[in-house]
Amino acid sequence: MFRKDGKKSMPGITSGSLSDIVFMLLFFFMVTTQMRDNEQKVVVRVPSASESVKLERKDLSSYINIGTPTRNLQAQYGTEPRIQLNDSFKTVDDIRDFIAAERESKSEQDRAFMTVCIKADRDVRMGIITDVKQELRRCSALKIMYSASKAE
Amino acid sequence: MAKKTPEINSSSTADIAFLLLCYFLMTTTMGSHTGLSRRLPPMPDPNQKAQDQKVNRRNIIIVKINSQDRLMAGTEAIDVSQLKERTKIFLTNPTDDPNLPDKEIKNIEGLGNRPVSKGVISLQNDRGTSYQAYIAVQNELVKAVNELRDEAAMREFGRKFAALDEDRQGIIKELVPQLISEAEPKDVGKRRR
Repeated sequence: MFRKDGKKSMPGITSGSLSDIVFMLLFFFMVTTQMRDNEQKVVVRVPSASESVKLERKDLSSYINIGTPTRNLQAQYGTEPRIQLNDSFKTVDDIRDFIAAERESKSEQDRAFMTVCIKADRDVRMGIITDVKQELRRCSALKIMYSASKAE
Repeated sequence: MAKKTPEINSSSTADIAFLLLCYFLMTTTMGSHTGLSRRLPPMPDPNQKAQDQKVNRRNIIIVKINSQDRLMAGTEAIDVSQLKERTKIFLTNPTDDPNLPDKEIKNIEGLGNRPVSKGVISLQNDRGTSYQAYIAVQNELVKAVNELRDEAAMREFGRKFAALDEDRQGIIKELVPQLISEAEPKDVGKRRR
């Protein structure tokens, strides 16, 4: 009985579930790409500039966020503009270590092209940015970029 | 079970899903950063004596922004909207004014001898200047240089700067250098953070 049934037709592999698998992949990528971004602890509304150009090598850039803490963190950290490196609030003195760590993570031949992207809120005063710039000069991380949105 | 209902061919849903997947993959990485690129001057060596960079008075324009975001170029107070024209006149010096920058005849590879302006823009800001104003000024300066580069590219190659290949862009960059110096911070005026 069994052998007779089996011989009659080979069961084909259904490809209907293939789409489900791909959808799962799709959702995975959608979720992870959003999660990979650092949690923003400061409010950054970048200024607009008509002449802004694209960052050439995104993998070679590190970010310094400057702005007022987000509303839910204001009770703890106040409303003065703060510097955010990676995931936490830092001071100007921590930039040296941050730059050293960022340099370390890049490959040898790419280190000269490392760009530090300063993402500062438009209402931030230049004092804090000047401090950051001076510190960057001291660390000889000279390639910088002022983050700005493209506006016509 | 004698009659089978015709199945909808579902093999193409995978392809549709793949397309979506590719779309999301592309868009999430393409949200790239834009901004104004700058190169900071290296920190002066403390052991080294500060060398006098003798830049002729006429070759330098000092753009100052104070804590009220007011602007001064050279000796007169101007508005941000005037800065671009002012910078362009400064960098081109069309009338060979003795108060505006000198031109140096430089031999540029592929072009021959061309006059290159020696003008340097020095940007000074106060600690109380707002970042928005600072970027607006930087933007105007870059715009002035970009427009001059476009003009030079039109003159030399008959095409806009962006349409040139990399070598020719390099030539134009040599012809119209972007010399914007961000001066050492000076505490002018009242401190306001």
